[in-house]
Amino acid sequence: MDEATIDRTLTRIAHEILEKHKGTEGLVLVGIRSRGVPLARRLAEKIRKIEGKDVPVGILDINLYRDDLTTIADHPILRKTEIPFSVDGARVVLVDDVLFTGRTIRAAMDGIIDLGRPMQIQLAVLVDRGHRELPIRADYVGKNVSTSLDEKVRVSLREEDGADSVDIVPKEAR
Amino acid sequence: MRLKSRHLLGIESLTPEEIVLILDTAESFEEISRREIKKVPTLRGRTVVNLFMEPSTRTRTSFELAEKRLSADSLNFSASASSLVKGETLIDTARNIEAMAPDFIVMRHQMSGAPHFLARYCRSSIINAGDGSHEHPTQALLDAYTIRQKKKRIDGLRVAIVGDILHSRVVRSNVFLLRKLGADVVLGGPPTLMPLEIERLGVTVSHRMEEALDGADVIMMLRIQMERQGAGYFPSVREYYNLFGLTEERVRLAKDDAIIMHPGPINRGVEIESKVADGAYSVILDQVTNGVAVRMAVLYLLAGEAEDADPSEERPGR
Repeated sequence: MDEATIDRTLTRIAHEILEKHKGTEGLVLVGIRSRGVPLARRLAEKIRKIEGKDVPVGILDINLYRDDLTTIADHPILRKTEIPFSVDGARVVLVDDVLFTGRTIRAAMDGIIDLGRPMQIQLAVLVDRGHRELPIRADYVGKNVSTSLDEKVRVSLREEDGADSVDIVPKEAR
Repeated sequence: MRLKSRHLLGIESLTPEEIVLILDTAESFEEISRREIKKVPTLRGRTVVNLFMEPSTRTRTSFELAEKRLSADSLNFSASASSLVKGETLIDTARNIEAMAPDFIVMRHQMSGAPHFLARYCRSSIINAGDGSHEHPTQALLDAYTIRQKKKRIDGLRVAIVGDILHSRVVRSNVFLLRKLGADVVLGGPPTLMPLEIERLGVTVSHRMEEALDGADVIMMLRIQMERQGAGYFPSVREYYNLFGLTEERVRLAKDDAIIMHPGPINRGVEIESKVADGAYSVILDQVTNGVAVRMAVLYLLAGEAEDADPSEERPGR
């Protein structure tokens, strides 16, 4: 995927979110660190252009909720969770770049539920690459990509990496 | 990025990058203490033994709270209740605790180097919660965190530490940390409470309060340990207060926006005037609040299975 494709995809997802929720009432976007955060901001910007309304955007760091902390030697650098609004009764749309095993999303849902009781949690991802290890699915998908386990989906975003692109690369590369 | 050692025995062996990593991580933990449900599942199933051989309220409760907020299981041993009073040696106590396989031992001991000793015999991660007059690393970390929170930096600040320098582990840890992060440190107090050759740690020494406080960005007062009064380090508490007590008038010698710190417990009217301790520039209670986030960060970072550094490299002193 190149820059223009990513942009069109996000525009479509923004429309889908608005269509499903019939507007922005109670809607909040929560980006999962790190690449879910710029994606959530871009979706909020698109929603503002379409609907003329601001949707709150939060940031969630899922490292404290991981299920593999006992097995990974190098603890990931913990960064701030910033959700400056109440999630009680909100319709939360989690935003991430790639949906893979589903473990990140499981952690994110636990993280959100620790902060309150949302009316609904949905999931928007740029790429769904399959290989789920948990019964989790996305509500809004940019692109379904079939991959093998020795491949990696590399998402670059201009806010973090300088340019927009999605590539499938062999696992060793980075 | 991770900590090189799986123990936190002192500040002396940490690099500036490791210190900054701990402070940055603590910032991420601050938010948890403001939530309605102040708990995350991160250390679920891990066991922490709080081994306090010396009385402590603030440090122990702060560690306990940090442990609970990370969902660890903790149990407390204290001097009065432990078998140490029944004549058990430290190594036997350690072996017995080790046999219960805790993941962490948080240790306060009256002897310098006791946690280092334990680190050589135990597979658990040891966190020094104060050893004799040697180090108290988490106190220095929470002090640095508080300074950074209020002043937005540490590098280039002038920090005056006044009081019983001789017996203070808080001072030693703070001096190591503040020097590593580029602050200027002035130590103030009577000559009887000043260790010889402390200047070697890269600090300035002053025996006059007015000189020590001049132009300070941060004033850190230390408790006069009343239990050591018998040794005759100074003629009377009254005289000490007159010469070294932090009064409102003396605070004016420091910078206008100087902050006042104290590791607690404070002795009102001995080392600090009540008005100063309760004043707008006092951050003494912020220190207590920040202590929990800093200790959560230390537990989180040590829970990663760091490669074992050679514990013999971490002997105290020198």
